[in-house]
Amino acid sequence: MADVMSMEDIRAEAARLNIDLSSVDWNSIRLPPGEDFGIKSDDDDLNEEDSLEFDAGFGNIIVVDNLPVVPREKFEKLEGVVRKIYSQIGVIKENGLWMPVEEDTGKTRGYCFIEYNTPQEAELAKEKTNGYKLDRAHIFAVNMFDEIEKFMKVPDEWAPPEIKPYTPGENLQHWLTDEKGRDQFVIRAGSDTEVLWNDARQVKADPVYKRPFWTESFVQWSPLGTYLATVHRQGAAVWGGATTFNRLMRYAHPQVKLIDFSPGEKYLVTYSSHEPSNPRDTHRVVLNIFDVRTGKVMRDFKGSADEFAIGGTGGFTGVSWPVFRWGGGKEDKYFARMGKNVISVYETETFSLIDKKSIKVENVMDFSWSPTDPIFALFVPELGGGNQPARVSLFQIPSKEELRQKNLFSVNDCKMYWQSNGEYLAVKVDRYTKTKKSTYTGFELFRIKERDIPIEVFELDNKNDKVIAFAWEPKGHRFGVIHGDNPRPDVSFYSVKGGKVAKLVTLKQKQANHLFWSPGGRFVILAGLKGFNGQLEFYNVDELETMATAEHFMATDIEWDPTGRYVATSVTSVHEMENGFNIWSFNGKLLYRILKDHFFQFLWRPRPPSFLSPEKEEEIMKNLKKYSKKYDVQDQDISVLLSEQDREKRKQLKEEWERWVNEWKKHHEEEKMDRQMLRDGEASDVEEEYEAKEIEVEELLDVSEEVQDV
Amino acid sequence: MRPILMKGHERPLTFLKYNSDGDLLFSCAKDHTPTVWFADNGERLGTYRGHNGAVWCCDVSRDSTRLITGSADQSAKLWDVQSGAQLFTFNFDSPARAVDFSVGDKLAVITTDPFMGLTSAIHVKRIAADPDDQVGESVLVLKGPQGRINRAVWGPLNKTIISAGEDAVVRIWDTETGKLLQENDKEIGHKKTVTSLAKSTDGSHFLTGSLDKSAKLWDIRSLTLIKTYVTERPVNAVAMSPLLNHVVLGGGQDASAVTTTDHRAGKFEAKFYDKVLQEEIGGVKGHFGPINALAFNPDGKSFSSGGEDGYVRLHHFDPDYFKIPSI
Repeated sequence: MADVMSMEDIRAEAARLNIDLSSVDWNSIRLPPGEDFGIKSDDDDLNEEDSLEFDAGFGNIIVVDNLPVVPREKFEKLEGVVRKIYSQIGVIKENGLWMPVEEDTGKTRGYCFIEYNTPQEAELAKEKTNGYKLDRAHIFAVNMFDEIEKFMKVPDEWAPPEIKPYTPGENLQHWLTDEKGRDQFVIRAGSDTEVLWNDARQVKADPVYKRPFWTESFVQWSPLGTYLATVHRQGAAVWGGATTFNRLMRYAHPQVKLIDFSPGEKYLVTYSSHEPSNPRDTHRVVLNIFDVRTGKVMRDFKGSADEFAIGGTGGFTGVSWPVFRWGGGKEDKYFARMGKNVISVYETETFSLIDKKSIKVENVMDFSWSPTDPIFALFVPELGGGNQPARVSLFQIPSKEELRQKNLFSVNDCKMYWQSNGEYLAVKVDRYTKTKKSTYTGFELFRIKERDIPIEVFELDNKNDKVIAFAWEPKGHRFGVIHGDNPRPDVSFYSVKGGKVAKLVTLKQKQANHLFWSPGGRFVILAGLKGFNGQLEFYNVDELETMATAEHFMATDIEWDPTGRYVATSVTSVHEMENGFNIWSFNGKLLYRILKDHFFQFLWRPRPPSFLSPEKEEEIMKNLKKYSKKYDVQDQDISVLLSEQDREKRKQLKEEWERWVNEWKKHHEEEKMDRQMLRDGEASDVEEEYEAKEIEVEELLDVSEEVQDV
Repeated sequence: MRPILMKGHERPLTFLKYNSDGDLLFSCAKDHTPTVWFADNGERLGTYRGHNGAVWCCDVSRDSTRLITGSADQSAKLWDVQSGAQLFTFNFDSPARAVDFSVGDKLAVITTDPFMGLTSAIHVKRIAADPDDQVGESVLVLKGPQGRINRAVWGPLNKTIISAGEDAVVRIWDTETGKLLQENDKEIGHKKTVTSLAKSTDGSHFLTGSLDKSAKLWDIRSLTLIKTYVTERPVNAVAMSPLLNHVVLGGGQDASAVTTTDHRAGKFEAKFYDKVLQEEIGGVKGHFGPINALAFNPDGKSFSSGGEDGYVRLHHFDPDYFKIPSI
């Protein structure tokens, strides 16, 4: 068959054959079955995806190969053995085990078919028994019945794969080149998902792309903002592009529930859990790691939910998400997960364990990667009733060397907080008091980048204060703590610069329970969410002063834009009323407010880190006046334009209204006589009467005021 | 602007109406007695006793002699305003909802709810000059809309009737033939129940409020949509200033959900909007519950609001109010 015809060719061909293309109803054309004339349907990959589930309903049948060949007498015994093995895994259907025999000899053929009630059971059986050693000579080869056909089709001779010509992709970073330097965000409300520009100068949101039913559960940006990921029943997909949002890749993973990108957005981890066929069993968990660009599965993990639900506080159906935590900065070199008494660290070159071994750590409770370096910290609780102290250790990868360790006594719980540059690690330690009846809080501060990693201990002014929130200044040397037992807690800021923890300030009695630092540092929002109904305080930590206080009533979420210029506060559908979001400037000025019913998500599109060197950034900061002049002029122009436009619009509205009113008045005048008739000749129209009265009454008001003065 | 709090009803307010001179205020509530007040100082003048169910709506004749009320006791009653005497009772087979006197007060429109298999209907009754000549027969009965008809008012020169209700559609009917003349465009119309409807003083346009959290301004002849006012809560009541280009919207969270949240979440304020620019210009707080009724004094210098909390609040505007620039 000919190669794919382009529309151009078709037109030319039609002209040659004297066919008027406009009179052809394309939908009425029926191709002979099985023939596609070499034209690949756009839906082809769609069908493939569906076939993954279970072709023709045989998805619950497996084929077990390499069984012993036995004569008729031993048939029943062999069947018994096979049935025993496979009924442990799931419920075999009635008459679901079929072992064919040679007709003349009565010998078995060395394979059998087993039909389960569900495809999940079949899948599990395949996984568990493929490679099962019945004896030395008989190692089971188990396959899905649906796949047999595929394997049969594999040609005996290897043919070199077709090399597709290179087509340049779109510029996926196009949004960063916006002339006005705006940021994008995505919102999900009702069934619509929408990407918008935050056009703060024009005090509005500028639509980019909107699509109903774009995702089936949620959307998520990749960490550098290149992709927008959507989640569907059949798997996940990523979208992006220069001008609009095209689908760039799909990742088949039926019933996917959660997704997670690696920090350098090279890989995507997808997660699903499946109901067990047997209620006594735990959920089965499937994790796939995809290469984002090629869509290839790099590694998959399957197992029971128990294996993946160790430690942590438990998130989604018992699994603490993300199961795999990525380390080593933006290079996506390592990822790790915690198991029972082990931490398994994998590297992405081979997608296998480093040194083929996990790191053994008895009773590890929690671990956390440095955001920049291949170092992680882990926490082991107290054991043996206090005989073995709790400890926090730092491990380096790939050497698996323990860099630093600290033993801690009478510990209740530990929380680890890394500073975003990986320079500091603060460990919040809740210790029991002597009576063991209550706890108090202290902090251990690790200075990672200094020699030998010195550890400093510090406590709050009142160490009995409960710590409500803790947050590092991004890229900075300061942190904020909300502490206290009062209904209105205190907020303190500390600096760790100069080798010593020093308190900067304590703000008393704040209605706050969350801290949101600007991504650029320096500014922080003290937010009172939930019980405090959305109190906001915009605070400048350089000057130690409050810039503004505000309220977004019932606010549930707060997010800084990636540049630290604007903040979005939103009320999501956990509340019934007031759904929507507000955009604020960094210093607490409300810019605009958009209300949307059933508001689910607001996410700023992240930006990749700046290419400017720290020196260059400093230079820009120094000469900010020079640079800002240009923008000041632009701002000025826009604000003039805006007020001009606004005035114009108002004027137009006014004029329209006047015109309409005048026209009506004309009608009204014409109908005057009719109205009089209806009122039995009563002359006056209501409104005229009132216009006369109006002036009178106003004068009267003035008089009465004077009387009061006297 | 300190409001006068008028306590007289024992149940949630349903409707408020000033007489054409603006000296009397009539209030209806779910208790059974419509009440008349001095519109100036909020003093109670009297009550109209006789209904045996919630009173949903009322209207007063131009000469302030006759009052008509529609009630859930399946009747509409004519009253003598001054004496409080019942003049006539129109009986129906289902609760009466909206009532409105025509220009000239010789006709009245009364709507009835769907009830026990009966569909909702709009009845036109002739109002006799002498109550002794009054008869109960309808001149015209209009049927068709699904669900309750929450408001029906007369159009220009009594040639049309405008109705709106649960099916969210605004309709114009011909009063001569009883034919449906127009329905509003579904695309631009309300998405949920229309709860309230207020005509402008000159009868050229009208405002509808809806549970879809918006109010819309329509041309009374062409039924073209002129303006839309978007708010944050369901709108139960609307009113238009006869003096300035202001509209007022009242409402709030559904009464049944009020106890579940902070009182500020309910948004029980009366919100003022610029009629032309469709921008919010202010709000008046006070009610402890949704606002069910709003009315402007015909002189435009005061307005009153009636709430689910059973109170009527009478607000006389401060001089500052009249200085609000309209552009």
